[in-house]
Amino acid sequence: MSSLQSKILLHTGLLIGVFLSVFPFYWLAVMSTSSSSEILAFPPNLFFGDQLIINVQNVFASINFFQATGNTIFVAVITTVGTLFFCSLAGFTFAKFQFPGKTFLFVSLLATMMIPSQLSFVPQFLIMASIGWVNTFQALIVPGLAGAFGIFWIKQYCEESVPDELMDAGRLDGCGQFRLYYHVALPILRPAMAFLGIFTFVGIWNDYLWPLVVLNDSSKFTLQVMLAQLNGIYNTDYGMVMAGTLLATIPLIALFAIFSRQFISGIADGAIKG
Amino acid sequence: MKNDTASAPKQLVTNEVSKSSKLWKEIRKNKILYLFISPFYILFLAFGVFPILYSIFLSFQSWNGLGDIKFVGLAQFQYMLTEPVFWTALGNTFAIWFISSVPMLLFAMIIAVMLNVPLLRFRGVYRTLFFVTNVTSIVAVAIIFQSIFNNEYGLLNYFISLFGVDPVAWINNSTLVKFVLGSMVVWRFTGYNAIIYLAGLQSVPQAMYEAAKIDGASPIQTFFKITIPIMKPVILFTIIMTTIGSMQLFTEPQILLGDDGGIGSSGLTLSLYMYNEAFLQSQFGYAAAVSWALFILIGGFSLINWKFVNRL
Repeated sequence: MSSLQSKILLHTGLLIGVFLSVFPFYWLAVMSTSSSSEILAFPPNLFFGDQLIINVQNVFASINFFQATGNTIFVAVITTVGTLFFCSLAGFTFAKFQFPGKTFLFVSLLATMMIPSQLSFVPQFLIMASIGWVNTFQALIVPGLAGAFGIFWIKQYCEESVPDELMDAGRLDGCGQFRLYYHVALPILRPAMAFLGIFTFVGIWNDYLWPLVVLNDSSKFTLQVMLAQLNGIYNTDYGMVMAGTLLATIPLIALFAIFSRQFISGIADGAIKG
Repeated sequence: MKNDTASAPKQLVTNEVSKSSKLWKEIRKNKILYLFISPFYILFLAFGVFPILYSIFLSFQSWNGLGDIKFVGLAQFQYMLTEPVFWTALGNTFAIWFISSVPMLLFAMIIAVMLNVPLLRFRGVYRTLFFVTNVTSIVAVAIIFQSIFNNEYGLLNYFISLFGVDPVAWINNSTLVKFVLGSMVVWRFTGYNAIIYLAGLQSVPQAMYEAAKIDGASPIQTFFKITIPIMKPVILFTIIMTTIGSMQLFTEPQILLGDDGGIGSSGLTLSLYMYNEAFLQSQFGYAAAVSWALFILIGGFSLINWKFVNRL
């Protein structure tokens, strides 16, 4: 086989994969621009229609889309900021200091990653109920503020990229532990923080089961819960449901488009080194 | 008490005590470091350890969330094992796992090998386009797939009609619905696994390939004798992650089929079953028992996978 032939074969194979991976997004966009009768028509409308504005207006009229988006952004931003702060501080501490019990504490931290969330799911809800956090944003934010994965991730990165010489120089300048973190480590940790931040944000944005269980007042709903509601109640108005789905998906795709490089190499690094 | 021994005259202090007082001094000296790492442990105790202990306790009780908590011993577990719906959910979870994980990891490996071809153009673009499926929310994916696999007007039924095939009731068929659920998992995670395999492939030393080439090994031989053994930890990682993820499948069946898992519970998974028992039936004790079954299943499965891959 000539090299040109094998090149064509290779790109054909990859393009088939790309088509399968991207097509559902295209189909979502097509359905969002079609009326329900066009979506249910046989043969269906395979290209963009002209109903997008009407569908979007219907979404805004039937659910409080902006409120749900605001709720989601609020929860995701606070959780992400908290995770970045607590995980980087802890990861830096584990990477750069010696203290009694360090190994035990770190190993038990790693062990917690093996526990599936389902196990503590029911009791976690009961705890939320007993402390009066059902239907509050605290219930979504607080348990996610510091995770084992984030600490592990920052520790690995910190060990490799924050030189001990720099730490010593900082100490000579009279930095305490927190200033060493803030002025020496944090600027170097930026790429690792970028990945952890996007990873956390996307995870919170897409979380469905926990908000579904904890929230019961629609003014508190996050986007995913709202979307499921929209689908459940209005699934006769397919165009509208699809427009809502599209609206909830676009911000994530945009975020991913901007940060895809950091995100993908972060995921790959984590899997190979971890 | 420790401070008392530390201030005792030196010659009277035994070696052991001076050691522990030294340790205590060391701990006090580093107290700010413990403060730095404490948020995780506080949250983990409150929302991790305590709930798990609570869930052990709950699984031996009968409680509907409002009335009295009644100790029933192993009755919840006994009931679970005689409950046909539990076995249906277990079987479904297992079936969807098998249907999705085998093709998914195979496709992922093929894509990774293609992306790893030296001097491949647009590698970054391909990588991004394969990965984008993983960033999308499962709720959105389930809604899109719901319309593609619609029993009557779905896109797939239109597509097969072009070849003269009659519409198929994908979602009402107890076998096909598992493939529909599996296809969502495959779509969402093939790219993710491919990226992980690609990173693994790129960490294989190039010199090993050159040596194999000089020894006259065919590409197929090289792949199975060099690439796969080196990739073993990465493959193990993807298999275990896939298993854990599949055992926890919830959103796809819930959106596609509703809380009851569709006709004849044909798409009911263990997680969805647990959710129903806890939050719709208010059987908190029983739901806790189901979550332990899920935990044992995940743990056991991970162990089997690990043994299996290590033997490869």
